[in-house]
Amino acid sequence: MKAVVDVKKCTICGVCEGVCPFAAITVGESSVEISDECTLCGMCVDTCEFGAISLPEIGTGPGADLAEYNGIWVFAEWRAGAVHRVSHELLGAARRLADKKAVELSAILLGHQLDKGLATDLIMHGADIVYLVDHPQLGQFTNEAYADVLVDLIRRKRPEILLAGATSIGRSFIPRVAASLKTGLTADCTELDISEEGLLLQTRPAFGGNVMATIVCPHGRPQMATVRPKVMKPLKLSEHQGRVESVEITEGIFRNRVQVLEIIPEQDQTAKLTEADIIISGGRGLGRPENFAILEELARLMKGAVGASRGAVEEGWIAPSHQVGQTGRTVAPTLYMAVGLSGAIQHVVGMQGSKIIVAVNKDPHAPIFDVATYGVVADLFEFMPAFIRKVKQERE
Amino acid sequence: MHIAVCIKQVPDTKNVRIDPDTHTLVRQGVESIINPFDLFAVEGALKIKDESGARVTVMTMGPPQAEEALREVLSRGVDEAVLLSDRAFAGSDTWATSMTLSAAIRKLGDVDLIFCGKQAIDGDTAQVGPELATLLDIPYATFVKKIEKLDDQNLKVTRQTDDGVEVWKLPTPALITVIKEMGEPRLPSLRHKMRAKKAQIPVWGIADLGLDANDVGLCGSFTQVVRVFSPPRRSDQILITGSIEEQVEQLFSYLKEAKVPGV
Repeated sequence: MKAVVDVKKCTICGVCEGVCPFAAITVGESSVEISDECTLCGMCVDTCEFGAISLPEIGTGPGADLAEYNGIWVFAEWRAGAVHRVSHELLGAARRLADKKAVELSAILLGHQLDKGLATDLIMHGADIVYLVDHPQLGQFTNEAYADVLVDLIRRKRPEILLAGATSIGRSFIPRVAASLKTGLTADCTELDISEEGLLLQTRPAFGGNVMATIVCPHGRPQMATVRPKVMKPLKLSEHQGRVESVEITEGIFRNRVQVLEIIPEQDQTAKLTEADIIISGGRGLGRPENFAILEELARLMKGAVGASRGAVEEGWIAPSHQVGQTGRTVAPTLYMAVGLSGAIQHVVGMQGSKIIVAVNKDPHAPIFDVATYGVVADLFEFMPAFIRKVKQERE
Repeated sequence: MHIAVCIKQVPDTKNVRIDPDTHTLVRQGVESIINPFDLFAVEGALKIKDESGARVTVMTMGPPQAEEALREVLSRGVDEAVLLSDRAFAGSDTWATSMTLSAAIRKLGDVDLIFCGKQAIDGDTAQVGPELATLLDIPYATFVKKIEKLDDQNLKVTRQTDDGVEVWKLPTPALITVIKEMGEPRLPSLRHKMRAKKAQIPVWGIADLGLDANDVGLCGSFTQVVRVFSPPRRSDQILITGSIEEQVEQLFSYLKEAKVPGV
C-alpha cells in the first residue's frame, strides 16, 4: 500500500518530493509517482496545499462498540506516599477535555494502604470520581499487576479515554494495557484536544522533536495516551466535589511472574534528570572532568540536576546516567543551561522541549545558540563563576 | 539459550527537519541507520553469547533494503537474521508492528529471551517491546541497564527508573528493552563481515507468518496520523552581550523575571 495521488487535484508543483523522508516521491513531467518505498507516514498528505494526496483508508480492526464507552480516566501515579505531580497535570488537562465533552473525569488510584489524603488530593485537582484499588500486590509497581488490574477495571467500566503520565512507570506498563485491550496508544503527548467528531486529538513530537504529529484512534477504545510530564498545567479546585469508590478486583487476576528484589533510590539529587526543574549541562568545552564541579555547584545552589552531552560522557568525565539527548534522557525542565556544549542535534532533540534554554559558549556559531532562549557568548570559565557569585549574592 | 533481538532501521533523525521558511520537510542527506538503542540490545545479547553461549537471531520488519541493517549486525557477531517484509506491513503503528513481530517470534519457536532497544529514535514511542511481550504473554522489564543469570529459570535485571534503579527477578522466557548502559556496541569483525556478506537472509511475508492482511500494516493499526506540522519556533531568542558582569546581570534579571525557581 502507498499514498494515493488524485491526478485531478495535483498541479505537479513538486513540493511533496522534498517532503518525503523515504525518497518515495518522484515528480515527473506530467505526473507524480509514489514508489513502493512509501511507508504511509503521511508527511506528504499534510504538505500538499491542493489536497491531492491521501492515504488509503485505515482499517476498522476488531473495532469496539464505541457507544458503550464513556468518560475520561486518568491513571494517578504516586511516589513515596504522595500524588506525583504528573497526575495533577493530567487531571488539569483532562478536566478541560471532560468539560468539553460533558463527561465525568475519574482518577484511578492503585496501591496498598495508601493515605486517604491522596484521593482527596486528586478530587481537589479535578477528579469527579476516584476509583481506589487496595491490594498488597499493588504496593510496589510491576508491569503485570498494575496493567492487569487496570485492564480489569476498564473492561468493567468502559472509559472512552485513558491518560497516564509518560514517566518510567507509565511508559512501562501502559503499552501492556493497550495491547491487552486491543486498542491504540500514543506515546509522550504534549497537546491534547477533542475533535469536532468527539475524538481525542493527541499531538506529540516525532523524528526527535523536529516534527509534530497529531494522532487519533478512531476505532479502538479506550483512546489511550501517555502525556509528557511538566507540559500540562495543574488546576487547583479546592471547592471541587467528588466521590471515592473502592473497587474490589476480580479474583485470580495476579500472575506474579516478576518479583521486585530491590529498589535503590538515587541518592545524588543532581542525577535526577527527568524530575528536575533546573538542569545545568556541560559538554566537551569544560575541558576536564574536574570542571563539572562548577556545574554541580550551581546545580546544588538552584536545587537542580547536572546533565551532559554525549561527548562529555564518552570522555568519561561523568556517568552515562547524566547524558541528555538521543541515546540518553529526554528532558524538559523549566531552565536548561547548556555550558560549553556545542549543541549537536543528537543533544538538542533531548532538551529542546525545555521552557527556557540558556547557552553559554565562546563560539558564537555553535548550533546551541539556534535553540537558546538566552545566548551568552563568553568564556565559561569567566562567566560561570561570576554567575554563581551573583546567585549566591542574591540569596543573602 | 536462544536470544532474539528486534531491530529497526530508522531515518537518521538528525537530518530530518521542517524548513522554517517553506514549512516542508527537509530530506537532504537523510540516510538510514540502525536505531542506536537496538545496537545496545544487540550488544547485550552478544555479551550473553560470549559469557555462557547462546544462539542470537536478529529480526527486523521493514522494506527490502532493511536487509542492510541485518547484514550489519551479522557482521558484529549475530548468528542468524530474518527479514519481515511485505507490502501489507506498510503503515504499521505499534500494535500492528507488535502483532507482526509476535508471529515471527512464534515461528522461530524456541526463543528464551527477547532484546529490544528502549525506543526507536524516529517514533520515540517505547511501546513495541512491552506490546510484543504482552502479545506473546511473557513477562518483561523496560529500561534495563544490566542483566545477570539468577538461576536456570530466572534472570536478574537492573532497570533505570525516574527515581533510581530497581532490581527485578524475571523468569524466562522474557523480554527486556535496554538503554545505553547495556554496553557500547562492538565493531564488526573481519571474520563476521565475510560471513555476513554471504549469509542467506530469509524473508518472511504475511503468508509465511500466517497473518491476516486486516491485522497488520495500516489496516491492522488503531492509530492514525491526521496532521503533521513544524514545531512552533522559539520567537523569543535574545543574545546577551557586554562585559562578563553585564552578561551576568542581564541573564539573572531575565531568569528572575521568568520566575525560574532557585533564582
